Amino acid sequence: MTTTPSSEPTVALRGIRKSYGHVDALRGVDLTVYPGQVTALVGDNGAGKSTAVKVLAGAVVPDAGEMRIDGVPERFASPLDARVSGIETVYQDLALAADLDPAANLFLGRETLRGGPLGRWFRFLDFDAMERETEERLRELRIDLGRGSRRAVDALSGGQRQAVAIARAMSWSRKLLILDEPTAALGVQQTEVVFDLIRHVRDRGQAVLVILHNIPQVFEIADRIAVLRLGQTAGEFATADTSMGQVVGLMTGVQVGAHDNGESRLEH
Amino acid sequence: MSTEVTERAPEQPAAPEPAWHRRMAAAWARVFEGNLWIILILGVIVCFFTITSGTTFLATGNARNIALDTSEVLLLTIGQTFVLITAGVDLSVGSVLVFSGVVAAKVMVAIAGKPTTTGVVGESATTVVGPSGHVGLAIVAGLLAGLVAGTAWGVFNGWAVSRLKIPPLIVTLGTFGMALGVANLLTNGVAVPDVPTELQSAVGSSDIAGAIPVPVAIAAFCVIVAFFLLHRSRFGRHTFATGSNPEAARRAGIDVSGHLVRVYAISGFLAGLAGMIDLARFDTITPSTHTTDNLNSIAAAAIGGTSLFGGVGTILGGVIAAFIPAVLQNGLVIENIQPFWQQVLVGAIIIVAVYVDQWRRRRRSSK
Repeated sequence: MTTTPSSEPTVALRGIRKSYGHVDALRGVDLTVYPGQVTALVGDNGAGKSTAVKVLAGAVVPDAGEMRIDGVPERFASPLDARVSGIETVYQDLALAADLDPAANLFLGRETLRGGPLGRWFRFLDFDAMERETEERLRELRIDLGRGSRRAVDALSGGQRQAVAIARAMSWSRKLLILDEPTAALGVQQTEVVFDLIRHVRDRGQAVLVILHNIPQVFEIADRIAVLRLGQTAGEFATADTSMGQVVGLMTGVQVGAHDNGESRLEH
Repeated sequence: MSTEVTERAPEQPAAPEPAWHRRMAAAWARVFEGNLWIILILGVIVCFFTITSGTTFLATGNARNIALDTSEVLLLTIGQTFVLITAGVDLSVGSVLVFSGVVAAKVMVAIAGKPTTTGVVGESATTVVGPSGHVGLAIVAGLLAGLVAGTAWGVFNGWAVSRLKIPPLIVTLGTFGMALGVANLLTNGVAVPDVPTELQSAVGSSDIAGAIPVPVAIAAFCVIVAFFLLHRSRFGRHTFATGSNPEAARRAGIDVSGHLVRVYAISGFLAGLAGMIDLARFDTITPSTHTTDNLNSIAAAAIGGTSLFGGVGTILGGVIAAFIPAVLQNGLVIENIQPFWQQVLVGAIIIVAVYVDQWRRRRRSSK
């Protein structure tokens, strides 16, 4: 929970730009995410949070700008590239196959094949191994789906579905876990469970980037806060060095620079 | 750490079930739990005809007829099941069946020539080419051409659905008309004559082990392969994922477009194979037949529990259900009842089946 990171950033975005026709979604986004820290990405609607996150997830290819992963320049052409780099994303819609069970969803696109010719030639699935592995990973995260573990994800509650999606991303991520509004549809207790999972990943030493709308939640979970406004980075702070008033001010554009601590960059 | 998000099952002891036991239970559930009521319907129909006209209905020759009549629709139903699980539909199967049969027949006749026996008496023998040595080659080449033709239509369907993003209903409605139209152009709408009779004697009307007709054996083999492909292999898993949530599948790194092409290609290939069986059984193929095969295969898949909304389905359910129309038809004829009742009954069963499917889904979603 250090506030002054000394290690090399897991992710460093510099001057990322993305336009859709005449709409400039991103007009110069800078973002730094450190290992072992939770970075919250905040901003008003349309500030470009989701687009920025999609750049990191490989779902959007930026028009300009530089992206470094562990200091190495990278260019993601597809979500697969991001995954190969150890980045996993929990999308807002969770991206679960509702008709498949949690194990099938956990291993979606990364199925374990049986050994021997059945697996090698006929691509037979190793159901037992995937079920065992899923149970293990869920247990490690203290997620208990009860009977739901053998049912279609459709039959789970909203919170349980969220848990499956997060468990999937967590169990595959090696460097960076991205969560797009993971608490938007959750109650207070369920939000706490998600936050516990996020802290779990952070304590493993990985970087976490989370989009949140709720400012008190940001101050509860985040070690660092990055504020986007109108497609640009309005400021990056250690949570301890800022206040809700300053963050909200930067999000909305009023009270400009009231508590500017030098780390924020305002271009007005 | 709080886990209120989950439902605890404290009464569950930690006794681990053996893996094989769970596997057996899962297999049992897959075959019977999901398909129980469809097995019941088929059972009731069979029992009814057995009681009312037992000796005729139960005769081995009759079972053989039913199996033969079902073999083609069975193949179409397998392909249809794969397509429906991807949240698509293949309306073209009957036309592709006919098209493939016509292509195969034309190739066979072109290579083997017209059989001498059908030559007009007055005509000179030189116009008649029928070297028997070429018949085997002609049949093999024809069958291959037919299978390629069927697969090609399937590939086109899959390409148009996945790359051009045209709804499957529209794409396959288009190819339904196109394949049938071209088949009519090739034949002027009449049955293709002069198909080598060796095809019928070798495939269409011959038995394996003296009891199982070759078409039935082919269909059974395809059922087994399809079962393992859908329910045991990664291909099947990706088929379900594609139909359940294509965007999630794409983000998970699954090649959704390529997978759709392969699934529609399977449907086209099986339609082609059904066309070969049709050609072998009757030694000719008439374009005006098989116009409702697409609906029959959709009906069988739907009755068998495959969801028309994608993501859910089984091979075995469709296989069992595929027998219902043939059994009804056969029984009604034996009973001397107007066989048109078959259409009425099958139609009613479809509606009930899809209602049950929707009801089950609603119950599942609302827990």
